[in-house]
Amino acid sequence: MTGDDVASLAREFLAAHDPGDRLEFLRARFDAGLAWVHFPEGLGGLGLPRELQLVVERELAGTPQLDTGVQGIGLGMAAPTILAFGTEEQKKRFLRPLWTGEEIWCQLFSEPGAGSDLATLATRAVRDGDEWVVDGQKVWTSGAHHSRWAILVARTDPDVPKHRGMTYFVCDMHAPGVEVRPLRQITGEAEFNEVFLTGVRLGDDLRLGEIGDGWRVAQMTLMNERVAIGGAPVRRGGGMMGVVTETWRSRPELRTHDLHRRLLRLWVESEVTRLAGTRLREQLSAGQPGPEGSGMKLAFASINQALSGLDVELRAEEGLEYDDWSFRRSESVDFFGRGPGYRYLRAKGNSIEGGTSEILRNIVAERVLGLPSEPRVDKDVPWKDLPR
Amino acid sequence: MTLLYTEVEEELRASVRDLLADRCGPDAVLKRIESDAPYDMDLWKTLAHQIGVAGLLVPEEYGGAGATAREVAVVLEELGRAVAPVPFLTSAVLATKALLEVGEEDLVRELASGDVTAALAVPLSASPYRPLPETVTVGEDGTLSGQVRAVAGADVADVLLVPVGAELYRVAAEHARVEVVPSLDLTRPIATVTFAGAPATALGRFDARRVLAFGAGLLASEQLGVAEWCLDTTLAYIKERHQFARPIGSFQAIKHRMADLWLDVVRARAAARNAADLLAASSAPASDPPAPSGASGGAGADAELAAAVAAAWCSEATLHVAEESVQLHGGIGMTWEHPVHLYLKRAKAAQIALGAPGAHEDAVAELADLPGPV
Ligand SMILES: Cc1cc2nc3c(=O)[nH]c(=O)nc-3n(C[C@H](O)[C@H](O)[C@H](O)COP(=O)(O)OP(=O)(O)OC[C@H]3O[C@@H](n4cnc5c(N)ncnc54)[C@H](O)[C@@H]3O)c2cc1C
Repeated sequence: MTGDDVASLAREFLAAHDPGDRLEFLRARFDAGLAWVHFPEGLGGLGLPRELQLVVERELAGTPQLDTGVQGIGLGMAAPTILAFGTEEQKKRFLRPLWTGEEIWCQLFSEPGAGSDLATLATRAVRDGDEWVVDGQKVWTSGAHHSRWAILVARTDPDVPKHRGMTYFVCDMHAPGVEVRPLRQITGEAEFNEVFLTGVRLGDDLRLGEIGDGWRVAQMTLMNERVAIGGAPVRRGGGMMGVVTETWRSRPELRTHDLHRRLLRLWVESEVTRLAGTRLREQLSAGQPGPEGSGMKLAFASINQALSGLDVELRAEEGLEYDDWSFRRSESVDFFGRGPGYRYLRAKGNSIEGGTSEILRNIVAERVLGLPSEPRVDKDVPWKDLPR
Repeated sequence: MTLLYTEVEEELRASVRDLLADRCGPDAVLKRIESDAPYDMDLWKTLAHQIGVAGLLVPEEYGGAGATAREVAVVLEELGRAVAPVPFLTSAVLATKALLEVGEEDLVRELASGDVTAALAVPLSASPYRPLPETVTVGEDGTLSGQVRAVAGADVADVLLVPVGAELYRVAAEHARVEVVPSLDLTRPIATVTFAGAPATALGRFDARRVLAFGAGLLASEQLGVAEWCLDTTLAYIKERHQFARPIGSFQAIKHRMADLWLDVVRARAAARNAADLLAASSAPASDPPAPSGASGGAGADAELAAAVAAAWCSEATLHVAEESVQLHGGIGMTWEHPVHLYLKRAKAAQIALGAPGAHEDAVAELADLPGPV
């Protein structure tokens, strides 16, 4: 199928469906295979190359859109993992409401004792007949307060080295024993949470992938997470740069020579990063994201932080103000609906969430450049015997 | 448009790389720079005759290959990777582009064959965005007098192309005094060119900005090749070199720097490819209009912005990679014997060539509507 064929499919779809009813329209769009064309038929796609999705987006630009802020983890991480490792039933059950936004997803990976070293995690899942009983604590769980489901990694075998004893689950966030408590962030609001899991019972049909294969499944999620965070296509001069240049152009009295130099350097860096992202997408359009995606996320974090900092500085008096410190649940991550101070502070998370910039440099050095890992003391030690 | 390499481009790359591997290895280059013929004109003739690189930009009806900036960029990457001392950038890119702009067909035909070599008599450091230094004047008898410093490729040129005011002149090399000076960049030596009543032919009006910006946008690809060599060579070295009973490449302080260099090079590649692609589109003959680009300024302005972005980024990134490369080699990196110094010298000279990074950033300010303080 060519781009033109896809475009006419999308137009026919639009002619036959009323965009006025948002949910029905999105459901029908999924059923027509126009949700993500690179997914298989019957699962919201048409089994086409990934880049043809852009054609669909262009044709359906004026119709109801997904809330990519709230749905980000579902769309960017849970969906590709379910597609790769889920059973047919799991794919049928989860993907449609995930895409339409009827069910929101969160990510139960990080724990108080396991951040960068995720594989050391301690949340236990113990088999009980057809079920698993989960006990432990997760932390920094973005959007847990909206979520119907979570992707969860838990330890199922403490007697083997840490990478081998984990299993990947879909966690029912409405199950008894799941408790979500807000954590206030440096922005004032609570976008992430701590999640306590106490005797949570999950059916074995909620297991994703083989028992003990959780690390491999999690790699798929993390690789996609970095692409989701770092690989978002933006226009030339768009995104955070667009916010800054708007002020720059409309308020000449704020400009200084020093800020001009730094703005130009960042403009060039943003542009070459955008081009590298475009080039990467061209390379990947057929295949899967590789470790190169980690590089894009690194660049994105550093540019976003520099630009949002420059924005506060540029605005002078206004930069000294802050729009709202009140402690409340976030609805979504919305850089652009908030003030420059919020953007500056929220961007600090860009080099921490989804793998810190230090860890991403390790990944680039080892998986892209083939450099040796640091000597490791924990590799062949059973998880239960690790020092903590 | 694509930012990837086409199959044809990869084939061209392979044939240039094979030839250079044969004839232009680090030892050969080190020997040559200390000889009295630092430019390797035999290699240049072979590149021109066997692969046809001299005529890449030249339309087929003038005996060229009718290729575009995209193919030129691929050749530049390979020449940069080998710091090959041949006058490709100076003759087949800058001089040829200047002649194509003024519509001088006969000389273009000769340059395309590789038998005649030309150089644009401007300082290699000339910025596309400023008026050229006015150091040469036209006498009443139509002869040229004056001096131009830091001209690259001049000592191997048969013909010098001299901009005076808005006009381009042609001077046969034997009518000028070309004095090679000790050059920072050993593999692209520069010369002082002096005219003293040199007979000259006026060729037509010359748009220096267009030609130099075209050159700067393509120089980015040569810089990319330099950066790639430095990255690859350093990577191999730090995997092999042991200290503290470990490869030095297993130390995180080094791994993180390498990751950053890699990211710089990934972006340099995207920027250089984008510039080559848009320069190719904007130079296409009118009968074959480039695809609509969406930007308001049209293909020309888009290409100029892409060239400025690539020039600014690739200059800095390549210099940074080369400097880090010396550092990560330790003592051996400071020796004459190890070729990394050739790359550092090229990277530093290329940073200044055809507009320093700041000049290209100023061009970005103009082209992307980011004006300075009022
Ligand atoms: C805004 C935000 C949202 C998040 N959302 C989620 C979510 O939804 N779900 C979820 O599971 N997690 C989430 N996280 C958690 C995030 O993935 C972790 O914070 C991150 O992986 C780092 O772990 P840590 O906080 O334990 O820090 P640590 O791992 O303790 O790191 C502390 C510092 O040490 C450095 N460091 C650690 N190891 C190394 C090493 N080997 N080499 C060099 N430096 C090292 C780190 O780079 C960092 O600078 C979120 C985080 C943030 C900030």
